[in-house]
This record gives sequence, C-alpha cells and structure tokens, in this order.
Amino acid sequence: MDGLGKRFEATVALDDVTFDVRPAELFGLIGPDGAGKTTLFRILATLLLPDRGSATVLGLDVVRDLWAIRARVGYMPGRFSLYPDLSVEENLRFFASVFGTSLEEGYRIIAPIYRQIERFKNRRAGALSGGMKQKLALSCALVHRPDLLFLDEPTTGVDAVSRRELWDLLGELKASGLPILVATPYMDEAARCDRVALMQRGRVLAIDAPAAVGARFPRPLFAVRARDRYALIQALHAYPYTASAFPFGDELHYSDTRRDLAPVAIAGELRAYLQSKGFADAEVTPIRPGIEDAFMALMGTPQEAAG
Amino acid sequence: MNTTALAAFMTKEVRHILRDRQTLTILLLLPLAMVVLFGYALRSDVNEVRLALVDPAPDYATAALRGRFAGNARFRIVATPETMAKLEPLFRRGDVDVAIVFEPGFAARLAEGTPARLLLVGDASDPNTGSTMQAYATAVIAGYQAELGSAGAGVQIVSRTRMRYNPTLESVNLFVPGLIALVLTLVSALMTAISLSREKERGTLEVLLVSPLRPWQIILGKVLPYLLLAFANVVTALLAAWVVFRVPFRGSLALLLVASMLYSMVSLALGVLVAAVTTSQRAAMIGALVGTMLPNELLSGMIFPISSMPDWLRPVTAVIPARWFIVIARGIMLKGVGLEYLWQAHLVLVLMLAVFLALAIRSFKPRLA
Repeated sequence: MDGLGKRFEATVALDDVTFDVRPAELFGLIGPDGAGKTTLFRILATLLLPDRGSATVLGLDVVRDLWAIRARVGYMPGRFSLYPDLSVEENLRFFASVFGTSLEEGYRIIAPIYRQIERFKNRRAGALSGGMKQKLALSCALVHRPDLLFLDEPTTGVDAVSRRELWDLLGELKASGLPILVATPYMDEAARCDRVALMQRGRVLAIDAPAAVGARFPRPLFAVRARDRYALIQALHAYPYTASAFPFGDELHYSDTRRDLAPVAIAGELRAYLQSKGFADAEVTPIRPGIEDAFMALMGTPQEAAG
Repeated sequence: MNTTALAAFMTKEVRHILRDRQTLTILLLLPLAMVVLFGYALRSDVNEVRLALVDPAPDYATAALRGRFAGNARFRIVATPETMAKLEPLFRRGDVDVAIVFEPGFAARLAEGTPARLLLVGDASDPNTGSTMQAYATAVIAGYQAELGSAGAGVQIVSRTRMRYNPTLESVNLFVPGLIALVLTLVSALMTAISLSREKERGTLEVLLVSPLRPWQIILGKVLPYLLLAFANVVTALLAAWVVFRVPFRGSLALLLVASMLYSMVSLALGVLVAAVTTSQRAAMIGALVGTMLPNELLSGMIFPISSMPDWLRPVTAVIPARWFIVIARGIMLKGVGLEYLWQAHLVLVLMLAVFLALAIRSFKPRLA
C-alpha cells in the first residue's frame, strides 16, 4: 500500500498511509476511534475507493481487481454484521454458500473457533453474548478458507476472557500461515501482534514490532504513585523538568526532559521534590516505556491528555 | 458463482420472512382485510337517492317509468313538482339528489318512433356521488327502454358501457383490481425496500459486498421470495373477493396471474431502487410509501377516475405502473377480454420492468457509497 488517501467531504480520513503486511504476519493497526482504521479496512476490502494512492491485496489492485480480491479475503467489519434472526449454524452455512463452499469443507479451518460455540449452533445469533457473536463472525469470515483476513476491531465490546481467547485464536491462525490485518483501539492488545502501525488522525505515526515501538520512547520514563492523584498531576506539571505526565491505570507515567541523567538519580530528585510538596507517600520507579507511552509521545499532546 | 449461492440467499430470505411472524401475519391477512374493508365500507355506491319527478303531461309511458323508479330500492320519490321552476328551490335546499323532467307527449313520441326526451338533473356538488346517482337513474331508464324493445326510442343513455360490465353498478367489482394492485405494491415495493435497507442498516450488506456475490445476484435472491409472497396475496385477494362479494371473474385466471407477477416485479424493482437511494429502514419505508404506494393509489384510476383528472395530470398517469395493471385486471375480471385487447398494457409493464430493473441494478453499487 502506498500513499493511500481518503477524504470525506471536509474530513481527511486517511493521509499518506504506506505499509506492507508480510506473509503469515499478524499485523495490528492501533489507534483511537477516528484514527482512520475502518476507512483503511474498507479500502483494502474493496468497499471504498481511495481518492489517491494505490493498494494491493494479495498482489491484486483494490480498485481494478475487486472481484478477484473478494473471492479470496475474509472480512469482519467492526460492527456485528450477521443475521440475528438466523441461527449460528444457518449464518455459517449461508456465508459458506455465498462463497461457493460449504460448512463441511471449511470446518477444519474454523474448528478451533467454532467448537467453542458449536453447542449453541441452533441458537439465534442475536441471542449470543458479545464474545460468542465475535467468534461466530470470525468463523463466518473464515469458513471459505481465505488467503488473508481483515478484522476490524474484533474485540470491541467483548469481555476480557473472550478477548484473550480471540487473540489466542488469531495466534493459531497466524501460525497456520494466514496473514491477518487486525485493528484495535486497545494498546494492550498490540503486544500480541508481530508488527503494529500506530495510527492517529489518518496518519501512521510508526510501524514496528510492539517491543520496538516502546523503545522509541525518547525520554526516561517513571511510574509515579501517591494517594491524591489529581494533586500529584498538578505538582508534576509545576516541576521544571516535566516532559509529560499522564494517568496510566492507577498510577501516573512521568517522563523527564533530562535525557543525560541516570534514571535512578532523576527518581531520587523527583521523590525529594514531591515530598517537599507534601506527598509523603510518593513512590517513583523507573520503568520501560510500553506501546501506549510511545503512542502518547508520538501523538505529541501528552500534557493536554493529563488530568 | 453458482446457483447454490443464489439458493442459499433465497433460503435465508425466506427464513427472514417466516421468522418475522408479526409482519408475515399482517402481510398474509392484509389482502383479506382490505377486500372486506373496501368491499363493505369504502364503496362509492349510493343508497336511497332522493328523486324528484317533473311530469307536466302524464301518460302511460311516463307512468311506467315512474313506477320503475318507485319500485327501485335505490330511489325514493320525494317530490313531484309541476314545473321545472319549482325544482330549483328543492335542489338549493338539498332536499333532492336527482330530478327527472319528462317532455310533454312522451308516450306519443315513443309510439311514433321519434326521440322521446327527458332531462336528468343531478346534484353534482359531490361529483362522484352525482355521477353515480346519474348512472343509477340511467340504468333504470335503460331497463325500461330494453323492455319496450324499441331501439330508436331515443332515450339518451349516459354510460352504457359501464353498465354493461357492471350491470348492478357494484363498486366492489371495480375496487378489487385496484386492491390487488395496492397489496402487490405493498408486499413488493415496500417490503423489499425495507428488507434491503435493513441489510444496509445492520451492516450485513457490507459483508455481502465483500463476497463474490454480484449485485444482480443479491437483488435476485432478495426479491424472488417476495414474488412468491405476492403470488399468495393475489390468490387470497381473488378468493376473498369471490367468496365474500361474488365479484365476477370473466376472463383468464392464468393471464391475470401472469400480469400480477409482472406488476409485482415492476414494484420489486422500484423497491430495490428506493432501498438503493436511502440509508435507513425508516427512510426506505417513507420513500416506498411516498414513491410507490401513494402515486399507485391516487394516480392509477383505482380510486379517482383518470378521466376526471385535469389535463396536465392525465399524461403523468402513464408512468404509474398500477394504472396499466388496473386496465389489465379490470379487463380480465370484469370484461373477460384477453391479450388481444390488453397487449398494450402488458407491453407497457414489460418496458417499465426493463427500465426500473436496469436502474435498480445500476443504482446498486458494488461498493459502499
């Protein structure tokens, strides 16, 4: 894919997006809502025409070769898009037939997923739980044995256990040689991908292995804890060496502008500063930056995101 | 792509239809309910026409005609003024609906074979009722004329043709063809538009698009089950009309069923067109109602005769599919005529089908808008 752009009236949804997905790779598109992930998926799945740039899927052009692409890819849109009044099995058989195959022929590839919901095969799809719906949708996208899988936010609206199960399944599929392009707004899921593209406002900020993305974080990073988190942020913003400070779980992630100073020394100084400001219980620990830290830094607006 | 995919699509569509029990029940009972409703409540027949007779020089012929009106259940003679001048206030007060004025020497003229004239005056402040009452009166006079057997009696008969096909002037006979058109429009255009836009709204169309299914296959799989439903509806409506109202059926049932399916396909194509240009079920429903139901009901001659429409509106009715279907259905059911008279109307429907189908397939994009 090269220099892909898509514009909706006044909004630029995609701006100069360029990346490649390798064979048997689990490639993640990571970014908040509105980053352009769905638009990108729709262009790649031949549902939208790019305004400029070009993209090839399995070596086929997304504009010219749409029918050839459609026969060979599996696509799971971000929203549950099966028939709620049809049963689990009826949905599956229908999508198999549409692709000129059958549930029996596709059973082997969907078995790891489908077995988890097979005991509900006579239940109407609309009556399934969120996780089961996504497993069914994944089965439907896989039943014709595609050569490439597009999954747009497969774990949105799914409980934590089902999310882990779904990612385990994606890992298995990838291991069987299927390249997968998956989008997710959850940073913690990025680690399950081989490579990720961080997206923000239609642009790709970085493409790398998840661990390498974290390593791109340019400054020393610390986890800071104190009882009064709000006051803590205020105090950190008043500190002269603060590069960024934003909430992260139940702690704050703080980065320092002094790159040449040893992290332990910075931690000691910061702890002393916070204690002088009345945070007797303040804990400052040097940490390795993760994808989310890198993402916040790349977004370039960490200060505003605080609080 | 093969027939298995199409069959699977139709099976899925039939399941949608069968599982939506409420809608299905309504759709199946609708023709029945409509025939009964129109047949009993919405008829334009007028009962108890108040009649005034002006007979300045009574003779045996005028007496015989007066007797016929007196004996007719539809008429009640409320006044017999001596002169026409005395008629005027009766109309103004609204005491009289129709008046008949005999010319003097009526019987003598009849005997001579010269035209015997009478004047029929109707209160046409409600034009439909007015013409209906006038038609009733003409029917009574025609009956007398027939009895006399004198073809040259010269009593002008206003709507001979209509009476010939509907001698008792039962309006239910005229309504049934229109009703069939209405029910077919509803099932074909409205239901298809809703069903197709539901796929859009639910996002299932997005998944269908990213499949080897071509737009025409999606359309075909979508509309064929509704064609079956439409067929069932035509049969129900005809049965109800015959069982409840003994509406005559003079022509070929096969031809009527063929024409019904033709009309249904035109409506299905329109339904697809409506769904293609709308983005939600609600918009599709309103679009189908305003775009197909309303014109088919109002501009087809089903309720309002085309001949009583203004000059500029009449040509517009040519593009209303129901207009042509009603011509066919009335021709077959009431007149008993066949293709030899109805081929033009059939041809128009075939052309409409070709145009609307082409438009529908064109408007159904293989990508998201």
